[in-house]
Amino acid sequence: MITELGHFALALALAVALVQSVLPMIGAARGNGALMDVARPAAFAQFVLVIAAFGALVHAFVTSDFSVVGVYNNSHTLKPLLYKISGVWGNHEGSLLLWITILAVFGAAVAALGRNLPPTLRARTLAVQGMISVGFIAFILFTSNPFLRIDPAPAEGLGLNPILQDPGLAFHPPMLYMGYVGFSIVFAFAVAALIEGRVDATWARWVRPWTLAAWIFLTLGIGLGSWWSYYTLGWGGWWAWDPVENVSFLPWLAGTALLHSAIVVEKREALKSWTVLLALVAFSMSLLGTFLVRSGLLTSPHAFAADPTRGIFVLALLGITIGGSLVLYAIRAPYLEGGGAFAPISREGGLLINNLLLTTCVATVLLGTVYPIITDALDVGKITVGRPYFDAVFVPLMVPLVALMGVGPLLSWKRADVTGALARLKIAAAIVAVVAVSTLAVSGTSLVALGTALGFSMAAWLGISTILEWAERTRIIRAGAFQRVIHLPRAAHGMTVAHFGMAVLIAGITASTAGRQEHIQTMTPGQSVEMAGYTLTFKGVATVPGPNYTANRATIELTRDGRLIDTLQPERRVFRQPPQETTFIRIHTRWFSELYTVLGDPDDNGYVTRFFYEPLVTLIWYGTLLMALGGLISLTDRRYRVGAPRRAVSVAAGMPAPEAAE
Amino acid sequence: MAEATPKRRPARWPYLLPLVFIAVLGVVFGKRLADVEKGADPKAIPTVLLNTPAPMLDLPALPNFGDDVTSADLKGRVTLVNFFGSWCVACVAEHPVLMEIARSGEIPIIGVDWRDTPEQGAAWIRRYGNPYTKIGQDPKSRTAIDFGVVAAPESFLIDASGVIRYKQAGIITREDWRDKIRPLIAQLKQ
Amino acid sequence: MKWTALLFALLVAGAAHAIEPKEMLTDPALEARARDIGRELACVVCQGENIDESGAEIAADMRTLVRQRIVAGESNTQIMAYMVSRYGDYVRLNPRFMPRTYLLWFGPLMILLVGGFVVARRLRREPAEAVPPLTPEEQAALANIHREGNAP
Repeated sequence: MITELGHFALALALAVALVQSVLPMIGAARGNGALMDVARPAAFAQFVLVIAAFGALVHAFVTSDFSVVGVYNNSHTLKPLLYKISGVWGNHEGSLLLWITILAVFGAAVAALGRNLPPTLRARTLAVQGMISVGFIAFILFTSNPFLRIDPAPAEGLGLNPILQDPGLAFHPPMLYMGYVGFSIVFAFAVAALIEGRVDATWARWVRPWTLAAWIFLTLGIGLGSWWSYYTLGWGGWWAWDPVENVSFLPWLAGTALLHSAIVVEKREALKSWTVLLALVAFSMSLLGTFLVRSGLLTSPHAFAADPTRGIFVLALLGITIGGSLVLYAIRAPYLEGGGAFAPISREGGLLINNLLLTTCVATVLLGTVYPIITDALDVGKITVGRPYFDAVFVPLMVPLVALMGVGPLLSWKRADVTGALARLKIAAAIVAVVAVSTLAVSGTSLVALGTALGFSMAAWLGISTILEWAERTRIIRAGAFQRVIHLPRAAHGMTVAHFGMAVLIAGITASTAGRQEHIQTMTPGQSVEMAGYTLTFKGVATVPGPNYTANRATIELTRDGRLIDTLQPERRVFRQPPQETTFIRIHTRWFSELYTVLGDPDDNGYVTRFFYEPLVTLIWYGTLLMALGGLISLTDRRYRVGAPRRAVSVAAGMPAPEAAE
Repeated sequence: MAEATPKRRPARWPYLLPLVFIAVLGVVFGKRLADVEKGADPKAIPTVLLNTPAPMLDLPALPNFGDDVTSADLKGRVTLVNFFGSWCVACVAEHPVLMEIARSGEIPIIGVDWRDTPEQGAAWIRRYGNPYTKIGQDPKSRTAIDFGVVAAPESFLIDASGVIRYKQAGIITREDWRDKIRPLIAQLKQ
Repeated sequence: MKWTALLFALLVAGAAHAIEPKEMLTDPALEARARDIGRELACVVCQGENIDESGAEIAADMRTLVRQRIVAGESNTQIMAYMVSRYGDYVRLNPRFMPRTYLLWFGPLMILLVGGFVVARRLRREPAEAVPPLTPEEQAALANIHREGNAP
């Protein structure tokens, strides 16, 4: 009964979304306040209805109602509660419903927080948001209904793939979707601005908090996914340039470019049409990310089960959303330009080059990801585009970008003095030289060593110049520094933290790639292996029962200079439903480096064990966290607080609503 | 919009580029989706060995099922080479069709028992029947990789001069036999 | 379909089976070469993974074959060429430079150059040079845009 109510609520939400997408748009075009005012209550109503639908599905999973197909296929009574709940979005239908739920939450947030927006802009933004809801709810209801029943109901479910039964992965999709869907708000703002034919500094300020919020969630989501694959898949990798990873990286790259170009709109009233385009692209990439993995065109171990008819619907939805917005862009964007021209050496000049490089990154990752689909479609022979390609093309783009990140923040707006900026970075340059030389001294002059030296140099350059810039801005060693730190805009602190996080990330990537050690061997009880200054002694394997699995648990003693430091117990787990084997990795962390132990299969008279030493690998996730934290600090900037930019009353009241015919 | 264009009127065409780009991508996706809906498998890896001489065959026989398999078995006649294994679920589904083909006597079928133990392979043949004129063992995939095999069952139609003329990835259904393989055999025998 | 479900289970669960000690060569230099090749070869049943990371049995056999060929004295290039001759370019994780991958390899550079050209044009304009004023036609068009939708 609750399930049917959920289904009904979703159908009702579709009707509300239709109203929300049509009436306010007409109202805004005709200057009819009553019609425009429909948008807010409609957004709230949609929120309530979609939450009800989502709640109904969660209820079905929690109560293990196997008469619901999705529950039968993806759940099991023996599953712990957390994974019963995460099972809701562990499948195509449920994950789409989660997507819509987040969309409704964001829509309601705009309605609630956007009081200060000009009424036409607010009405149009919510209307566009409504249109996106219409498309997605229709997609769910007509092709991917999560509320389908089976009769008679089976007594037990098929269970959730045990590899997905992990706290990291339970929260990974919601984070990622909050990022994807967050960009839908930015998209809606951009479409509304195109309709109004007006993009200015205030628009950039309204959009910025939403972009930041989406970017933070996406950063965390990607980081969480990478961390999950590192500690569950058993080979110590944290990024494989898998298509499914790439499509989550694409909106992140586009969103990062958007964050930076929006600053130029705000400060210089320039790059308007470009910024609007990036807003459209960021969400288009999110849509691609959500859907390419469901179309059956991309082949990846992480892709959802494919269904070509769904694929056609998806393509139509993408075509209307992305294509429609770009048609509007082609018509209206030429009139958006204006603003000042740029000096080559200036803050805006630096941001422009930043955007050039980031956009090339987006295009490159997109090209590599869809290229196999292109060759398939043209039938010119199957090819694979894997990690070596992405490493080869991505790194050369990151090197100038990171070099620029060191200098850019020191440049002033309009016209800057590059020699002055570089002179202020003398210390950074000197330290970079020391880092590069000492890396080469330690690791020789092979190609790998050169790459390592480059990586550490980049990290040092970015880290030190970021701190120098902050110290200079706050004149940290002079009297009254505390006051200046307090009064420095939060956005400036945010930038410092985020850029520093990037430096930390680069250091982690370089160290863990260059200094990785591995030992793979068959061990019998009592045998030991020396690695990175540790002695790992294999004590044997015992069989232990788990809640819904049985495990072979190894005991490995970790000693250093004869002293016992840690006892690690990696496992191989055999799950009952679905019958599947997984590895349970155990890690010893010392400072920022990790010793990673995996138990393999029995072999002859012992067990296969795999040990990896990953130096500074945790910096990758600390760096990611710092980047997200930087975003969060920026988000708390008073100037940008959601809904805060109170336009001068005279402007708000007197502002005409520029508008073209439909 | 006024058509007269004095000097620096902003060019409009650059703003069309994103649309053009997305449209091209959309057409490519659409074409591919249509292919997939028509039955193209995005996971399938088309063989590059079509119309090239079959790789060398030199496999020890499955004990008690005839002689060793060699390339000489392919000479002078059209042959079907079928990769199977006792672990392969789909092979059980394919087996009745192979039995029918064997009974028809139209073409000799050479079996390659892939990634299997001789005991399990033999037990499987005893249980489901033997459609093969000869069965070779390929426990370490040497021959399978030579043939570019991805997953069992896979079958290769090889002409009298030892050239691969057709590859069936997955189960040979009665329709495949009737509509594709059998006509091709007739053609190759001429 | 059962078969695909089974295959999928095999692929996912297999991730940890990766490379086994039994397969490894005793000579560390040769083993290092085998790993280099293994990282460049795509597993043919599990998309996106290389054969070193893959748990699929065919990947294990490919790893063994790579090592046998190394021991037999073949070069890395010869071994890659052999694999490509069996499975096509699909097995190369690093796509070869050939007509059908020109766009793939040149694409990023082309985008960077075109974008760089646009950016350079924009940057060369000195800030002193003001944006040219709107032509009368443009002003009319703009006014038109502003007026149309603004009707009460």
